[in-house]
Amino acid sequence: MQLLVQQIVEGLAAGAIYAALALALVLVHRATRIVNFAQGEMGLLSAYLAWQLVTWGLPLILALLLAAVFSFGLGVVVFKCCIRPVLSASVETIVVICTGLFLGFDALCLLLWGPDTQAFPEILPRFVWIIHGVRLTSSNVGMLIVLSVLAAGLAAWFKLTRVGLGMRAAAAERDNSLLVGIDVPAMLAMGWGIAAVFGFVAAVLVAPNLLLSPTMMFSVIIYALAAATLGGWDSPSGAIIGGLIVGVAESLGASFIPFIGAELKLVVPFALITLALLVRPQGIFGVSTRVRV
Amino acid sequence: MNTLEVHALEAGYGDIRVLRGIDLAVPDGAVVALLGANGAGKTTTLRALSGTIRGRGRITLDGEDMSALGPAERVRRGIAHVPQGRGTFVDFTVEENLTLGAYAIRSGPQIRSDIDYWFSAFPRLLERRRQRAGSLSGGEQQMLAIARALMTRPRLLLCDELSQGLAPVITKSLFALLARLNAERQMAILLVEQNAALALRIAEHAYVLEHGEIAVQGSAAVLAQDARIQRAYLGR
Repeated sequence: MQLLVQQIVEGLAAGAIYAALALALVLVHRATRIVNFAQGEMGLLSAYLAWQLVTWGLPLILALLLAAVFSFGLGVVVFKCCIRPVLSASVETIVVICTGLFLGFDALCLLLWGPDTQAFPEILPRFVWIIHGVRLTSSNVGMLIVLSVLAAGLAAWFKLTRVGLGMRAAAAERDNSLLVGIDVPAMLAMGWGIAAVFGFVAAVLVAPNLLLSPTMMFSVIIYALAAATLGGWDSPSGAIIGGLIVGVAESLGASFIPFIGAELKLVVPFALITLALLVRPQGIFGVSTRVRV
Repeated sequence: MNTLEVHALEAGYGDIRVLRGIDLAVPDGAVVALLGANGAGKTTTLRALSGTIRGRGRITLDGEDMSALGPAERVRRGIAHVPQGRGTFVDFTVEENLTLGAYAIRSGPQIRSDIDYWFSAFPRLLERRRQRAGSLSGGEQQMLAIARALMTRPRLLLCDELSQGLAPVITKSLFALLARLNAERQMAILLVEQNAALALRIAEHAYVLEHGEIAVQGSAAVLAQDARIQRAYLGR
């Protein structure tokens, strides 16, 4: 029982990371109907930048803020330069471009910072609470708090602000949005920018545990893809629930299913993707829209 | 004075040219109808006027040149467009639709008072303010689409096939609404309509588009008596 609860706690914490990256994927997908494979690598580049700034002597918090601003800009620039020109092109074209971005950003990190792993500074002081034999670390709790803050912030932004409403409208109905005077391309660019910040947050949450390396986000993006598929590609709340489910499933699978273990746990997200596509292709929170006319 | 003047307007999709240079005018406070068969270029005309597709030629609103402006800027200067089919944001609530209609407006109090105005004008919308627009009936959606378009307090309203898919009695009440808005607000209206008889009753002047060109124009009363128009569009 204790082991079970412990694994669920670990799974939720890991799930918070997947959820953050899945949120980024869903934001991009809602805005532009694109699955951005390079989302994790874009976050990685920003995380490297934050690390570099700290190495140069900047305080951690300032380095993170600067890197977050950089992420936003990076998302906007990638959208404007690489995505917008081909927005109406075929799916194949877009897949090739996203794969190219993935390899490109990966190579860039490798070129600038080399293949060796770098220790990313701890964001929170190390702390352990033991409750009924279950270990709660400050980093696990911190991850869940960060995710909650991101989710609440995003929900408030979309529900309560004029620009948030405009972003939702631009993503849902391009023509009507133009008719009411929404600058649709600017809204889509902003969606990419915000998504890139979420990807950066995911990378920063991963970095202290896995160490910073050019391959750090490889498995994370797979978990995030599973989370988004599970939750529904158009649902931010689905991405969060999906991320947490994937995290818990991974953690439980690795410790309770004998043949999986730590080495094979990457099959868990693939199994979940397959399951979701078989049982509920639109995802848990996905809806097929019905309109009365 | 003319609210809208259009000179040598050309527009199309990709390589396909739909409009081959049309001239038309909507006088201040007038209702003008744009008639024609399917594919004649009526919807294309309205889209070129609101800027949702690119056109060539000269478009002026109260003498001010709109030709080079994008759709957002044209909305801000006073052109509103109720598009064909669904002019509402179906997955957004009724209230959000009205707020979105006012996206180009910066004044909070004006937006508030206009939303209140439309809720009092259409109690049905008030009852359903928190419901998805897509769950409203066809007639209610058109009411919402008109209210949404008028949130910017436009000088010119472009209406595309309001009657499409609606019961005659509902179409009638929508047209009565347009006539009232036209009279109360001195707002010019350019009306694209499949139902020519109805359009000619409310309009003062009408143009008939054929193959992307203006084939006939004249006062609505005269056109309604024209034998060719009667045969082609009025089913007599």
